[in-house]
Amino acid sequence: MAKVPKADELAKVNHRPPQTPWTETPVEFRPGTFCYGAKPKNLEVVGLPNPRDWNPTDEDWKLPDDWKDITIKGMKDRLDKFRTFKLFMDICVRCGACADKCHFFIGSGDPKNMPVLRAELIRSIYRKYFTGSGKILSKYAGARALTEQVIKEWFYYFYQCSECRRCSVFCPYGIDTAEVTIMARELLNELGCTIDWTAGPVANCYMTGNHLGIQPHAFKDMIEFFVDEIEEVTGVRVEPTFNRKGAEVLFITPSGDVFADPGTYTLMGYMMLFHEIGLDYTWSTYASEGGNFGFFTSHEVMKRLNAKMYAEAKRLGVKWILGGECGHMWRVVNQYMDTMNGPADFLEVPKSPITGTVFENAKSTKMVHIAEFTADLIRHGKLKLDPSRNDNKIVTFHDSCNPARGMGLFEEPRYVLKHVCNHFHEMPEGTIREKTFCCGAGSGLNTDEYMEMRMRGGLPRANAVRYVHEKHGVNMLTTICAIDRAVFPALMDYWVPGVDVTGLHELVANALVMKGEKKRTTDLRYEPLPGMEDEEDDDV
Amino acid sequence: MVFLSVYSAIVHKMSAAPSFPTGRLAPNPTASGAGEPSMNLTDYLRQNQKAILKDWFQTVVDAYPAETAAFLRKEKDPFANPVGSSILEGLQGVYAQVVEGVQEEQVAPFLDRVIRIRAVQDFTPAQALSFVFSLKEVVQSRLEEEGRLPEWAEDLRAMEAAVDQVALMAFNIYMECREKVYELRVEEVKNRTARLLERANAIWASQREGEGSQEES
Repeated sequence: MAKVPKADELAKVNHRPPQTPWTETPVEFRPGTFCYGAKPKNLEVVGLPNPRDWNPTDEDWKLPDDWKDITIKGMKDRLDKFRTFKLFMDICVRCGACADKCHFFIGSGDPKNMPVLRAELIRSIYRKYFTGSGKILSKYAGARALTEQVIKEWFYYFYQCSECRRCSVFCPYGIDTAEVTIMARELLNELGCTIDWTAGPVANCYMTGNHLGIQPHAFKDMIEFFVDEIEEVTGVRVEPTFNRKGAEVLFITPSGDVFADPGTYTLMGYMMLFHEIGLDYTWSTYASEGGNFGFFTSHEVMKRLNAKMYAEAKRLGVKWILGGECGHMWRVVNQYMDTMNGPADFLEVPKSPITGTVFENAKSTKMVHIAEFTADLIRHGKLKLDPSRNDNKIVTFHDSCNPARGMGLFEEPRYVLKHVCNHFHEMPEGTIREKTFCCGAGSGLNTDEYMEMRMRGGLPRANAVRYVHEKHGVNMLTTICAIDRAVFPALMDYWVPGVDVTGLHELVANALVMKGEKKRTTDLRYEPLPGMEDEEDDDV
Repeated sequence: MVFLSVYSAIVHKMSAAPSFPTGRLAPNPTASGAGEPSMNLTDYLRQNQKAILKDWFQTVVDAYPAETAAFLRKEKDPFANPVGSSILEGLQGVYAQVVEGVQEEQVAPFLDRVIRIRAVQDFTPAQALSFVFSLKEVVQSRLEEEGRLPEWAEDLRAMEAAVDQVALMAFNIYMECREKVYELRVEEVKNRTARLLERANAIWASQREGEGSQEES
């Protein structure tokens, strides 16, 4: 008879990782923890190297024959070109201040997700090929040879960094590990080792202007669909225009808000607000995407995709650009656009036509964040608001990494929130503002095959939401980023069931008392407004 | 709040009506350990709760790489260290239940605190749930060290049965978590293009009125 192991024997599982140095421990690609490789057609569209069918679980990654030379040369070019990259390779003293600040480390417990060690994955190669001590002393100087295994390790871990920059807040030297990740991804792109979740949107955006590849007529059709929905809820028919030359303002927002809930309600919110204040604005069906997945690919691709914003602004002859609730769009606009594709001298310094406020902070980029714009409207008493319409929502606010750490936008969204709802509670200090935790899926990692890793990366954020959910009964998580709106529903469903997700302007629209509106009984989701539950029943 | 109220209910229960479900842990009048003749295993587990929990917690976090284990142990801020604090809270709750009598609906939230995390970390199912069984080891080796094993052998079997009961529930929770991850993935794929398909009339138009079944939507 076979020996049946006892329970305590079964429990004796050796779950310690292999006792080999980190430099010699290969990565294992388990489903749920990596993103699929880029399809060749998506690389071909923008002319990125080495298009081929491949999958990270393959033994052979079909790298170009001279992959090693390409990588070393790619590093050399970037070390010469980007002083930050050179500095970040040299100046880290491995103090460990960043070590426990990464949400992926906190959630996964994988030490290679400590920002210092993640950067070390590439620093060790830098030392080997670009420093005297590394060339001579090799591993005794923290250097190691570049092998295919290293490329696989880079792919695994640099697509496990969401470029959120939380670690950089704590670095005494100001090392921005996100920029190290950006460089590593550029090098991976030179070998064709990128993920399809960024390559697909890049290709679509390049060809048609948005991530999903929706053509102009379909884009217009979608927006008009929301016109009907708004009318059904409010009785007011808003009248958006498309590609209208001579409009004062060009409005650009992530296309995610056009196609997927709950972002769609935020989009309806923008349209209601613009109608109410009589803003002279137009949509562009060509610059129909605020997001820029080129940012997660390379500087060059980011620049190409971003160029369409200014090009459309110029073609349409608008005075300035108003931007919707997006995350990385704002990092690109605030940190790169002006020097990449600017200066946009043909545009004017943004001035609100309603309040007369001049947005000096956007003097250079000519692009204003909608949270600033709306906060200014409220500050000047230009909106009639009934926050009690949101009384069934107990709200908290997630600072999206890029508007928070990429442009310092902390107060405006909170100012708006406090005027459009009566129940607002902050998450604990240390998890908000400049120390905010990432959603776990930024920088192009918001794909479904990556769900398990997303749950790890999003744990610190969800844990803080759970706290306010239990303490204050919070049932609504507000955010000003389209990727957040796309990924938080799943994250909340797993970690904090009972918390829904909304954009800021969905709440604005609920509270907005519009001229000529009918008696509002539901919010934009067709759910009864507080106190209107019975009237809803009567309607049905 | 839910967690706090469940926890205080258990603490209250601990002082009100302590018992093992099997009832096999009755006071042992012949026990003669360390000059406390009437002490039984339940009393011992109550008195040594802090030390045993510490050992158990240590065993669980040792499953992580050394650098991570040190962080999980040392960082006390629950928002900076949600994994460590959740594991600790979960183990405390499960321990109280094992000592005072396992009640399914009360132990589940504590198990969930630990398993929900380990179900999405880099563990096999066996590794993810081995923490439940390691409580046996921790208690047993402690009793062995103190020479109390023979005297409380029967009590120990009852405690181990309680741990096994918890383990069976742990399997259920683990599966729920894994199934949830797969469900989320499917839902997300469907939602990504839902509005487009709806607009293209590929989805039954009456879906919004709630007439369509789940399958149809």
